Amino acid sequence: MRVKHALKPKTSAPSRELVPIEGAVEKTSELDRLIHDRLRLGILSALAVNDSLSFTEIRNLLKTTDGNLSVHARKLEDAGYLACQKSFQGRVPHSDYRLTARGRRALQRYLDHMEALIAATRRTQ
Amino acid sequence: MNRQTEPHSLYEHAAENLVFIRDTMERAGSFTAVPGWGGVVMGLTGLAASIIAMGQDSPRAWLITWLVAAVVALAVGLVAVLLKSRAAGVAFFSRPARQFAFSYSPAILAGALLTAALARAGLHSLLPGVWLLLYGAAVVAGGTYSVRIIPLLGLLFFFLGAIALFSSPLIGNVCLGIGFGALHIVFGAIIARRYGG
Repeated sequence: MRVKHALKPKTSAPSRELVPIEGAVEKTSELDRLIHDRLRLGILSALAVNDSLSFTEIRNLLKTTDGNLSVHARKLEDAGYLACQKSFQGRVPHSDYRLTARGRRALQRYLDHMEALIAATRRTQ
Repeated sequence: MNRQTEPHSLYEHAAENLVFIRDTMERAGSFTAVPGWGGVVMGLTGLAASIIAMGQDSPRAWLITWLVAAVVALAVGLVAVLLKSRAAGVAFFSRPARQFAFSYSPAILAGALLTAALARAGLHSLLPGVWLLLYGAAVVAGGTYSVRIIPLLGLLFFFLGAIALFSSPLIGNVCLGIGFGALHIVFGAIIARRYGG
């Protein structure tokens, strides 16, 4: 169930804060709400393994609508987790998204938290 | 998330999230524009080539038949990838597509060079085995970055190549027909049904 390998190469080691197993359950209220949403989590996960993805690629991958993706991508962009480059291909507007260092760290923290939660609940069982 | 949440449901929720992340990363990092219907057309080309090649009198005519089929199949494959990429709104040179191409190409290039060398040495009977083995190696390597069914296709080519390498030219030609013809048709149809065209 470990998925962190996709993130590790680009993560700067000093800035990483591991979530301790002890207290992980109690700290669920501190989860990054922005990432906790399924669609936003999907956007970050998809961008973690690609240099960049277009709006259409993300929409097709996550099987969502244009409106829904716009709203959620915008929230991630406002938080500084995504960077968006807008251009025109002919007369058609084109948006390319990439994960920022901040977004990568946030996803890494979220993954650590999920793994710590699993480890903590396993201990209590 | 409620602090009163049962540890068991927390565990399930965290596990579900990790599975979702892993699945999304896997799909986002895969080359999904593998042409299903294109594969079927490539298979029909291979099947036709094996029938035509079997009726050729000289090794040279046999070789030319297969080389023409290879060029046609390559063109069909490229056009099919382009069309499927466009239909899916995926970049033709996306990262997974580049990784697929870089993994797939070396064995194909080696096959082209070995074809020239073996044909020059008059060792035409070795060509079916060499082609099937190297194409299998290319598909297995490229398949690492693609949908799960692709490496299996490569392994079957590998198996046919091993048979062809130690068999008569006639059996070798039959193996080529089964591989480049039947396998492409069957796997192409499966890919088209499961992975959208």
